[in-house]
Amino acid sequence: MVEIFKPETTAQVVDAIAWASGEETPVEILGTGTKRGFGRPMGDGNRTIGHTVDLSGLSGISLYEPEELVLSAWAGTPLAEIEAAVAEKGQMLAFEPPGLAGLYGGPGGTLGGMIACNLAGPRRIKAGSARDHILGIEAVTGRGELIKSGGRVVKNVTGYDMSKLLTGSFGTLAALTQITIKVLPSPECVETIVLKGLDEADAVRAMALALNSSHEVSAAAHFAAPLSVGFDGAGEALTAIRVEGFIPSVSARSAALQEQWGAFGAVTTLDADASRSFWAGVRDVTPFTDAEKPLWRLSVTPSQAPAIVAAIGDPTFMDWGGGLIWCSSEAAEADAIRGVLAAHGGGHATLIRASEDARRTAGVFEPQPAPLAALSARVKDSFDPRHILNPGRMYEGV
Amino acid sequence: MKMPDPDADVIARREDILTAMRSIVPGEGVIADATGMAVYESDGLTAYRQLPLIVVLPETVEQVSAVMAYCNDHAVKIVPRGAGTSLSGGALPAADAITLGLGKFNRVLEVDYENRCARVQPGVTNLGITHAVEAEGFYYAPDPSSQIACTIGGNVAENSGGVHSLKYGLTTNNILGIEMVLPDGEILRLGGKHMDAEGYDLLGLMTGSEGLLGVITEVIVRILPKPTTARALMIGFESSEAGGQCVADIIGAGIIPGGMEMMDRPAIKAAEAFVQVGYPLDVEALLLVELDGPSVEVDFLIERVREIAEALGYVSMRISENEEERLQFWAGRKAAFPAIGRLSPDYYCMDGTIPRHKLPEVLARMSKLSDKYELGVANVFHAGDGNLHPLIMYDANKPGELERAEDFGSDILRLCVEVGGVLTGEHGVGVEKRDLMEEVFTEDDLKQQQRVKCAFDPNQLLNPGKVFPTLHRCAELGRMHIQRGQMPFPDIPRF
Repeated sequence: MVEIFKPETTAQVVDAIAWASGEETPVEILGTGTKRGFGRPMGDGNRTIGHTVDLSGLSGISLYEPEELVLSAWAGTPLAEIEAAVAEKGQMLAFEPPGLAGLYGGPGGTLGGMIACNLAGPRRIKAGSARDHILGIEAVTGRGELIKSGGRVVKNVTGYDMSKLLTGSFGTLAALTQITIKVLPSPECVETIVLKGLDEADAVRAMALALNSSHEVSAAAHFAAPLSVGFDGAGEALTAIRVEGFIPSVSARSAALQEQWGAFGAVTTLDADASRSFWAGVRDVTPFTDAEKPLWRLSVTPSQAPAIVAAIGDPTFMDWGGGLIWCSSEAAEADAIRGVLAAHGGGHATLIRASEDARRTAGVFEPQPAPLAALSARVKDSFDPRHILNPGRMYEGV
Repeated sequence: MKMPDPDADVIARREDILTAMRSIVPGEGVIADATGMAVYESDGLTAYRQLPLIVVLPETVEQVSAVMAYCNDHAVKIVPRGAGTSLSGGALPAADAITLGLGKFNRVLEVDYENRCARVQPGVTNLGITHAVEAEGFYYAPDPSSQIACTIGGNVAENSGGVHSLKYGLTTNNILGIEMVLPDGEILRLGGKHMDAEGYDLLGLMTGSEGLLGVITEVIVRILPKPTTARALMIGFESSEAGGQCVADIIGAGIIPGGMEMMDRPAIKAAEAFVQVGYPLDVEALLLVELDGPSVEVDFLIERVREIAEALGYVSMRISENEEERLQFWAGRKAAFPAIGRLSPDYYCMDGTIPRHKLPEVLARMSKLSDKYELGVANVFHAGDGNLHPLIMYDANKPGELERAEDFGSDILRLCVEVGGVLTGEHGVGVEKRDLMEEVFTEDDLKQQQRVKCAFDPNQLLNPGKVFPTLHRCAELGRMHIQRGQMPFPDIPRF
């Protein structure tokens, strides 16, 4: 019988995992389960998941010092609770963690889940992703040992950066128990500059021009015509950049960027409220929330984006100035999509949403070259020699 | 500092190893005479010296791979080396190890403005990257003080920062990919020109791994458009508390300055005596705040910072009106180390990081330690990110002073850990802080880090004697204590 253990202390997490390790019983490590659809179906060869370790009982903010730009919380703390706490002090998680509830259904997730998946929104290009904001971590390895890495300070090279290694490891190395992250002041003001009717090549050119300027653009996205509808595109392609900061600075930079973009066509702007909802839509991938079709996330060399979009041919939109492409293609296209990327400067294609069968056969994550796969497997073994933590969630045998 | 005993068997095989190295790396790329190797006997932590077994300076990744495969097959240790500017002994040679210098990997391979990145070899200097891209208005953001000399490969190994790291991040936040060679000679690529290399974040793990996991042979760095304007304020306070409060209030107001540095009275005095740029001598703390960005923003923020400092009752304040003045403000800070060098025959530079608000407490207790050890100390502080560089003044020619300086330094680092900080912000653990690691980490923490090392370097041949205080064999680390039995946790809620 599959049981769900819901530990309320770190010691209980240690107990549960040490026991599972002793019994060689694979366990699923879970927050609130909102991103259960992200990753390969679990199981390792003939072994299936025995029990679930639900970390949502390990919840609450344990330290928040706004003037030190630091926050620690238990892994099961709802992300919404953290975002509300920092917003109250005029601060934010600068990497704009997406709410993927729309993609997978269900309510918002936890801090631990977001870190385990290393998510980031449109501000990735300026502020980095989750891994760039993690300062320290406490976790229980597959050996049932509580370890810590990092600390509560930004500058730290004391020991290996295990915090980054565990970020984006999808619970396959250790169960995160406590996480310390960097927070930053929220911008005083935000404005969005919009161009309509550009094709992909011109859009990427326009976004690169803006990103290469000294005007500190904090997001750059492009929607082709059919997908721009929810963003006021009204049947036209839509290209947008965001400027954020102090009011006089935003005014000056926005004016300069509008002049620069004038060369591409008529420029319009979105005010602060419209900007916030626009970029929340980009962040949460709203054009693809209700689609029945599988969803891919491609991380690519930005200048190659137009050629990649053309080669794939399915509905897409671009974020990160072209560096991130969301596309709705069949899971069976996996090899073709990965071939396109390989032929256009490399990158990786992740199958974000698909049926369980499709995720098992297509592979969710980009297959790794043999030496890298072997190294990843050795790293897995060093944390979890008996493969009891989320086995197979990233790669077969890992 | 006890280093591992040299392996007599390896030293006995030196001639064979030398022949093998010469067959891989031709000509001047292999150095075996004591005079030629003397250049490599030490790094920036000059208190420690040791001649290497042989120095090898490869020029291609294939040569690096062949050298490492040979060493792996023949149980020869390797110490990787960039420019040798490490302040923690990270590149300290070993008598039974080859020093593998990457100095000949000194080319910028590609600058890709369209994708805002550059592909460079590891021996390119930090400043060399900026020089390669500045004509187009770009720069490479991390700027450690040694940026004229230190190389990007070493920056990756140490996760170097610099005065701009609060706003622009450390090395780890500014690289997209690397090419590296594993100890068995396997060549790997992590990341590329795209963002967020998928799978385990081995790029993040490699950054700051102090040359213990692999040898970096290429780096893809992000380059940024240069801010159009920079201006600085130089603010003197009557106490470190007031200076620290000013830093907290600036950040509390939502301002993230490009640079924010603080100096204590001994450091101010030494710097002013050296460069004479008009630092106030009647203050306990001098704060330098630099704002960068569009000129409208900089002017606006300068005024806000001025108001914050005024509310705290500053003793003195100057605001730069031109580039010459801004550079003048920084001149004293940048010359702080040599300035101390003028006052004292030797100085020992420490590198702890502390939660910012603990600064007054740490300075007060450090002053007591200074009395106890009868050695002077001056402090420069990356105030934005809490990274503290105490400079302990001593005279190596006086018997016992070096040992006293080292003990003083260890006590300072223990103090940093006690108040919630860490041993090293940017200089690395190396050999210098190796034996203090147990102040920060439990045995389980350190064993797991060493297991990760074993995943990369199962024969433990790369950069021996660094970072870890106790050596364990990989086989021993891999063993598991199995506890079987009935569920031992009746108290865990279950469903």
